[in-house]
Amino acid sequence: MATIHVDGQSYDVDGADNLLSACLSLGLDVPYFCWHPAMGSVGACRQCAVKQYKDADDTRGMLVMSCMTPAADDSRISISDAEAREFRASVIEWLMINHPHDCPVCEEGGHCHLQDMTVMTGHDRRRYRFRKRTHRNQELGPFIAHEMNRCITCYRCVRFYRDYAGGTDLGAFGANSNIYFGRHQDGVLESAFSGNLTEVCPTGVFTDKTHSERYTRKWDLQFAPSICHQCASGCNISPGERYGDIRRIENRYHGEVNRFFLCDRGRFGYGYVNRSDRPLRPEWRSDRNDTAVTLEVDAALGRGADLLRTSRRVIGIGSPRASLESNHQLRELVGEDNFSTGIAAQELACLTAMNALNRNCGLPTPTLRDVEDHDAVLVLGEDLIASAARAGLAVRQAVTARRTELAAERDIPSWNDEAVRTLGQDSYHPLYIAYPIATGLDDISAGSWTLAPADIARLGFAVAHAIDAEAPVVEDLDESTRREAETIAKRLLAARRPLVIGGGSLGSPVVIEAAGSVARALSRRTRQGSLLLVRGEANSTGLTMLGGESLEWALDELDGAHADAVVVLENDLYQRAPREQVDAVLERADAVIVLDHQRTATWQHADLGLPAAAFSEADGTLVSLEGRAQRFFQVFDPRYIRPETRIHESWRWLHALRADMLRQDTGEITFDAVTRACAEHYPELHDMLGSSPSADYRVRGLKLAREPHRYSGRTAMRAHLDVSEPRASQDVDSPFTFSMEGYNGFDRPREEVAFAWAPGWNSPQAWNKFTDEVGGHLSAGDPGVRLLHPCPGQYDYFVALPERFTPRDSAWQVVVLPRLFGGEETSSRATPIIERAAPVTLRLSVDDAQRLGCSDGDLLSVVTDSGRTNLPVQLDAVLPVGLVGIPAGVEPGLISGDWAELKAEATNHHQGQIMGQRDDETGGRP
Amino acid sequence: MFWNVIKGTVSQLRTLGMIFMHSFRKRETQNYPEDPVYLPPRYRGRIVLTRDPDGEERCVACNLCAVVCPVACISLQKGEQEDGRWYPEFFRINFSRCIYCGMCEEACPTSAIQLTPDFEMGEYRRQELVYEKQDLLIDGPGKDHDYHFYKVAGMAIAGKDKGRAQNEEPPIDVKTLLP
Repeated sequence: MATIHVDGQSYDVDGADNLLSACLSLGLDVPYFCWHPAMGSVGACRQCAVKQYKDADDTRGMLVMSCMTPAADDSRISISDAEAREFRASVIEWLMINHPHDCPVCEEGGHCHLQDMTVMTGHDRRRYRFRKRTHRNQELGPFIAHEMNRCITCYRCVRFYRDYAGGTDLGAFGANSNIYFGRHQDGVLESAFSGNLTEVCPTGVFTDKTHSERYTRKWDLQFAPSICHQCASGCNISPGERYGDIRRIENRYHGEVNRFFLCDRGRFGYGYVNRSDRPLRPEWRSDRNDTAVTLEVDAALGRGADLLRTSRRVIGIGSPRASLESNHQLRELVGEDNFSTGIAAQELACLTAMNALNRNCGLPTPTLRDVEDHDAVLVLGEDLIASAARAGLAVRQAVTARRTELAAERDIPSWNDEAVRTLGQDSYHPLYIAYPIATGLDDISAGSWTLAPADIARLGFAVAHAIDAEAPVVEDLDESTRREAETIAKRLLAARRPLVIGGGSLGSPVVIEAAGSVARALSRRTRQGSLLLVRGEANSTGLTMLGGESLEWALDELDGAHADAVVVLENDLYQRAPREQVDAVLERADAVIVLDHQRTATWQHADLGLPAAAFSEADGTLVSLEGRAQRFFQVFDPRYIRPETRIHESWRWLHALRADMLRQDTGEITFDAVTRACAEHYPELHDMLGSSPSADYRVRGLKLAREPHRYSGRTAMRAHLDVSEPRASQDVDSPFTFSMEGYNGFDRPREEVAFAWAPGWNSPQAWNKFTDEVGGHLSAGDPGVRLLHPCPGQYDYFVALPERFTPRDSAWQVVVLPRLFGGEETSSRATPIIERAAPVTLRLSVDDAQRLGCSDGDLLSVVTDSGRTNLPVQLDAVLPVGLVGIPAGVEPGLISGDWAELKAEATNHHQGQIMGQRDDETGGRP
Repeated sequence: MFWNVIKGTVSQLRTLGMIFMHSFRKRETQNYPEDPVYLPPRYRGRIVLTRDPDGEERCVACNLCAVVCPVACISLQKGEQEDGRWYPEFFRINFSRCIYCGMCEEACPTSAIQLTPDFEMGEYRRQELVYEKQDLLIDGPGKDHDYHFYKVAGMAIAGKDKGRAQNEEPPIDVKTLLP
């Protein structure tokens, strides 16, 4: 603690901070550019100058850069001093001499940090009469637009991209007036976190290209607090809607999860909710081969209820991409004994094992922020950048935090970024990775091994044994692996807080158990470590807690005629089971009811299709991989702009369907009621009630506003339909209004913040006003409730250790490898993600390829019991011999661990077919 | 009483006289619509969208008019032409809400939106007062004859490369070693 005096007022601040962040934490406005709460200070822009006085008698003082000055005890500074103000105004004037006079056609305008700072310092007239420097732009791929003229050379982009996110293909070129921030040549930005450049850049050099085509200013967007549905990390987002389409995903600050950054899949993968082929009204097919007719809601419910009433037994297939509430309502509709989670058996086994381990391995699950506070990491069977990218970014911070530790030994404050980095150079905390192919974190790892899943598990068990001798011995372990395991064990034990990461990416329960054994061994040696287990989809964790049978069980019940009707909830069965099997089952079932927000292959086979709300149109609760139940709020009412739509939340549809089926009065159902029922029904989920405020939450008697107070066009946006404006849509489910009426400020802390705005702060930097301290937690506490807690007890080690992996002569073991772009069901329907996704290839080790006599690009067919898939070969120098790597999301019939034959394919026709199918899927709005 | 009768009668007669004298005064009311109304050029009436001196749409869909509008009666959507210009995909003004305050004209950075001396907008049906872009767009530059936003702004469009806007150096060569 330190006391500083700012303009005559005394404040208590954290003495380890710099003056700038201390002042901002106090709520004082100091202009700045190059400083960023997550990246520290470099003193490059000179914008945050303040006057500092030596002591109480000093009246002259001197100008200092507040970001580079420690908030030492008894510091005396003045922000409002005339000389300091003049200096700051001059700095802005210098920065603006080359600025291109294009705010009206700039995608940053309206949430631009440079605009905010220019207004804050009072610069409003151009005095410089000479010419402006100009630059040529680069083509940086489908996500990021580049307009180099707007640059103010604050260096934030490269500091984020290279130093924070570990990217290599963006740099600063040239010097002084020739300076240029870009790639060495045009090309797609390779980093999985390039989207953050749009928020990190204080001006419009890097802007969101997916938003640009149908651009809307921030003040015109309708926001709601939401949760990213594109992986299990549970990042908090603020989707912005205008005219019935989601236009942009903004980062929503969460002090324990994503903080300032999102991955590109989460930020740019929203396009599927805007597709023009989305079902908007209930669709009915009297005969499966007929074209569908659209129905009104009541008619659809009537026919649906008839179908369900006349059937013997109804199976419900839930979905890990649907909310807990929707899954719960489905389970209520069909009954506990008829409910399937819609997750394939192998994955469900992994998920169950992970939930069990989180409870009984002895180590707690860290939050993503907590991940950054570990000093040794072991990753078993996960390529975090592909499966949970934001978690990967957190691991990178944990590993690079070695610099901060070195700096602390020499009394260099952690915020002094340049000094810390120069001192640290390439010193990292130990990170060990075992995965079949190279991963996105290999560049900072102390050791990485490319192994078959069974060998990854064996390495894990060997580490566990090396840590705790009571852990089972791995039989017939070769000497080098044993030595490596011992090294890993030694480093994990030497660490203050070791972190073990495992997960279900490889679909191998033994890999998960191996991670669990290491965690258990660490906890027995009483180490303050953590275990992070990566799940596949947004609500995988929650759905596992809710419980239910596997997808295979559901298909078997239907196939064996034990049931004749099926209700499928937001789940494309064709993505999870082999096509022939699903075809047969759906053909056999007498009644198929599908609820989805996408026109999936399953939808096309439905007797009755009910248009469900996507995450932007629905309320719901998800449980993230850290066991945090988080609520996402409806962003907009689709009927307001498009009155013909009949989209409703799945839980609402299912409730009405059940009431109709039982010939009860439908009644009005609210989200709060469903959540309460859900929490009461499942003891494990009981605490989810606290994850969001109820619909009657008010701030000073006001509901909360979804729209910024400057929201424009309310009396014109619908005027082409009808000049008389209807009443604004009412929201009975949440404390938010579909309007700018309501509270949107920062001075009365609340957990759920739809968008960050404070007077003078239009850019994402406004989040600093909503946190208890800069980069800390939200003032009212971070939203969400943790549901997975370790239960103390004596648990035994997993003993069924796997055999060593032995390649076979004529068969290859399939490993399905997650992909960041294209590997996920919904985001892979968004055009920018399709453009960004790498071509689908089959990975084969160089030796195997030689043996088969094939080379890069040749077509091979993978033959298993469930079918045959043709893919072009990509040689992989590090993939172990005997494995064949299949990208996720290509062929659900190929399951990790299966053995497949590889056969050379003479013709190219199938590849064309795959590509053609992809082209169809790009249809619709971006 | 008698005095009051005298006073009242005189007042009545005086009033009759005054009214009669009005027959010879100059007429104050205007014979609208037979006689057209003079409106000064800066009169704030019907809103138009103008074109730049080259005949291209001036509006760049920056949304400033919409946000400044106190009755929120302007709504538009940004689109992008082949040549890189921003333009409004649709531009809608609900004149049944417009209060003709002229704030949109003041806010417009490209002189695109202008108020004109025309108030003759009576309609029998309110719906007819919703004007779309084709109703708003005129063929000329309006009051501002010369301004051409893209000749000033640093954004490149087809036909105007980087470095060709007002007061601009040619684009830098990153690879040169010269100071």
